Order: sequence, then C-alpha cells, then structure tokens
Amino acid sequence: MSSLVVENPGLLTTVQDLGRPGYGPLGVSPSGAADAVALRLGNLLVGNAQGAAALEMTLVGGRYRFSEGAVIALAGADFGAMLEGQPIELWIPHAVRPGGTLELGLTRAGARCYLCIAGGIQVERFLGSASTHLLSGLGGFAGRGLRKGDVLQFGAMERRIRRRRISAKVLEMLKPRKSLRVSEGPQADWFSEETTRAFFEGAFRVSEDSDRLGLRLVGASLMPESTREMISEGVSLGAVQVTPSGQPIILFVEQQTAGGYPKIANVIGADLHSIGQLRPRDEIRFERVSLDEARALWIAQQQLLNSGEELFA
Amino acid sequence: MRFRAASDQAVLVYLGEEIGLASHERVCKLLRLLQDEPIAWVRNLQPAYCSLLVSFDLSQVDHHEVETTLRRYEQRAEKMALPQTRTVEIPVCYGGEFGPDLDELAATHSLSASRVIELHISRLYRAYFLGFAPGFAYLGDLAPEIATPRLATPRKKVAAGSVGIAGTQTAVYPFATPGGWRLIGRTPLEMFRKDREPMGLISMGDEVRFRAITREEFAAWPPP
Repeated sequence: MSSLVVENPGLLTTVQDLGRPGYGPLGVSPSGAADAVALRLGNLLVGNAQGAAALEMTLVGGRYRFSEGAVIALAGADFGAMLEGQPIELWIPHAVRPGGTLELGLTRAGARCYLCIAGGIQVERFLGSASTHLLSGLGGFAGRGLRKGDVLQFGAMERRIRRRRISAKVLEMLKPRKSLRVSEGPQADWFSEETTRAFFEGAFRVSEDSDRLGLRLVGASLMPESTREMISEGVSLGAVQVTPSGQPIILFVEQQTAGGYPKIANVIGADLHSIGQLRPRDEIRFERVSLDEARALWIAQQQLLNSGEELFA
Repeated sequence: MRFRAASDQAVLVYLGEEIGLASHERVCKLLRLLQDEPIAWVRNLQPAYCSLLVSFDLSQVDHHEVETTLRRYEQRAEKMALPQTRTVEIPVCYGGEFGPDLDELAATHSLSASRVIELHISRLYRAYFLGFAPGFAYLGDLAPEIATPRLATPRKKVAAGSVGIAGTQTAVYPFATPGGWRLIGRTPLEMFRKDREPMGLISMGDEVRFRAITREEFAAWPPP
C-alpha cells in the first residue's frame, strides 16, 4: 500500500467512484463521480477497473505529495497541472517519483478534474462504494472533503502500464456539452406551450448556488400552468424540476431521492457527465430528444467507453 | 396502475393518485416483490407515497419492455404478504432550543404549545417511505389541527435528531442538513448508523410513535 499526502486540498476534493445505486429504499442517493466518463477514462489510463476510486477536484486543484511514488493520470477539466514543477498533460499516464509533488491550479475550462492513481484510492466502503456523500457525511474519506494533512492510501499497480493517450477523436466524441439533451419530464404537461417554448428556446445561466446536489439555473421563469398540489415522488438523476419561484434546478449525483416539485424535463443518460463539467455562470440550453434517440446515444456512448484498444491513440 | 417516463432510464409507476394506506400498501407489495425476485436490469428503486420510481439499465431494455415486465410483477404483487408492522418509539424533548418553531406553530393554530405536543404524540404514524437523506422517513398523517406548511426560507443547517412538521407530515432529521420543516423538538436517538443493521432506525412501512421526554432525560440518554 502506498500513500499520498494532501498538502493543499483545493476548493473541494472528494473520493469518488461510480457510486452506490440500489439503496433508494433507504433514502440513499447513488452519489459517485460528477463526470463519470472522465473517471472511467482516467482509470483505464492507469490500468484500473473503470470504476476504481479516484480524487474529484472542483474548480481549484490543490497540491498532493506521493511519498512512495505512483503512476497517475488526470482526466476531465484542465486545471493547469504541474508535476515536480513541470507542466503535464491530461489523458495520458505519468510516473511520479517517490516524494514527487503534483500541483494543480484554477480550472481553465470545465468544473472537475479527476486524479486517477494506479491501484485506486483505498477507503472503507459504505454500501459497496467508496464515493463520498457530503450531505450525510458518509462514504469516501471520513465522509468529507479532503483537508490539509490527510493521508490517503492507494493499492498496488495491477499491471504494467503502457504510456499511451486517449485519442483526440474519442475525446471529441465524449466532449462535455453546453447544450444538454433532455427527454420529457413526468410533469411536462403541467407547463403551457408557451412556457415549454421558453424552456427550449431560452438560455439559462448556472447559478453560484450549485453543487453536487443540484444546479440552480437562472433564466426565463417557468411557472407551471397547473396549480394542483403535487404528491412527492421519486426523482431521477438529471431531473429538471421547477421550484415555486419558477426557476429550474437540475438534480445531480447527491440529489435528494424524492421531491414534490414538477419536473419539466430530464437530462438524458448520455449527457449526464456534461452536467459535472458545468461551472457557475456557464450558459446552457436544452434540446429535446425522443426516448429512442436517447437510448441510441446512450448505447453508442457505452460501446465507445467499452471499446478497449480503440480508445487509445 | 399508470406509467410515466421519468427519464430515458427511469419510469414512474403510479399505484394510486393520493396519499393513503391503500395505495401505499400496493407500493410496499410491488417493492417487496422486486426485492425478493430482483430483475437484472433494475438499477434502483425509489418508493414514495403512491408511486415507485424504477431506474433501469438502458443498454439492456427500453421503456416498453420495462413496462411489460412491471405489469406482470404488479399482478403477482397483489397476493404478496407484507411482514407484520414494527412499532418504533421515538423519545422527543419538545420546545426550547430543540424546537425553535414550536411556539410560533402553536400560535398560528391558536393552540398552546402543550396541546401541540399532545396532538403530536397522540397518533401512531405510518412510515410512508425514506428519502431526502439516508434514513429520513416521511411519517403521516398528522392531526389536521397542527398541519403547517414548510418554512418559506429553509434553514441552512438543522441539527441531527430534530423533529419537524411539513404539511400533514412529520419526520426526524437523521443528519445535520439544510431543511425547511418546522422544528418542534429533538430526539437523542441516532436515526442512521452505518455500523447497525438495519442502518436506519425507521424502515418503510413501520409504525412510529413519539413520546415526550424531559430535558434531563434527553441529557442523560440512554436511561440507566
């Protein structure tokens, strides 16, 4: 077992994997990486299983020292990473010498950068997953964001790692979008034609008040036409719910599992990772697709992510 | 039984159109059958008052096949036997710093604080489902005399163990989280512990009763 020391945790750095789906009856949301596509590709680069635990950094990276060395890869947003004082690229593995330090700054584009380490971050699992659930303080490293001085363990390298990069073509195909494709929400018919048009034609700004639970959007007011009282029901990941103020919220990985606000739309599976790369003040739009189109896009994306050798340049 | 696509990979199954024990029982039965005889493509299940959200693996099935299969399950679920309901007792110290909204809530209904407490402990509540946060059980129904809407502006932080009221529902916050329910008291019990089985003190379908305890009992909890 090797370790890394957190010298500076950045703004919010948590341990994440692909989450813990299946515990809805306990009121536990799946959590997991905000950009699951980046996490999966980053893990592949260092020879890990796609769902191995890694560090998710938010907007500002931080500084990490590898006492015994490591093989690492960065995936997701570019935080201007420097390894031992030299700039390094994303999407390719790097060897870190014992005592080597990785320093990352402010994001240049996107919201989250993943630090994947050969062997994977090792923490005690909660309901089968290493991912941190911040709201309840469960899972991950002590159920919280990392702090200066924390020491994290990671496993042994599983195999010899080839130094190769994810191909530019693949990255282009999986590039996070600002125009989110959505299917109809379960209460789409509560909104008038005019409101629905405003939703699809207007632009929305991601508010500062956005996190892993949800992204608040600022834009056209989307008052539902129907004034009936809604009975709380289960809410799906990526649901676009409209609060009584008329402003939409996209429910995200640490979302509450049930709610009583009408949902006008739902971001499709193939675009969920794009939400994880949205920053406050980003401008986004919504684009309507059918369930059949959404399914075709999802299957194509999964096939690409599971295509092995074809992912690499 | 009514279906509605919630997303490309989730469907809402409505087993009733109102909050009540009959539709809730149908939800419990369908959930139980889906847990007893799990389907490979089901990723998650989220029950609520009269609905069940079923998330599925979109690579394996589409909405049409999901609905067909769930219809078959629902037909068989009707005959499911539900386990005997457990009764869980929650000791609560009402008012003061533990229940900062108790006096105002009482005043809104022209009741005394002690009458609000009496009404709160007078009923046996049904745990309709868990949601919001791990172990957070939606309990109903409150005596109509003390039903009160949520706060206009939610608190940024509610202490763990806080007992709140929202509409005709009541609940205990298992963790220190933001929250908009009106707080009337606090329990010294730990509502959710990952080293316990089951982790949550209240499970879906349980009956829950509240009991008033004094400040001294709260401070000295558990009793000797």
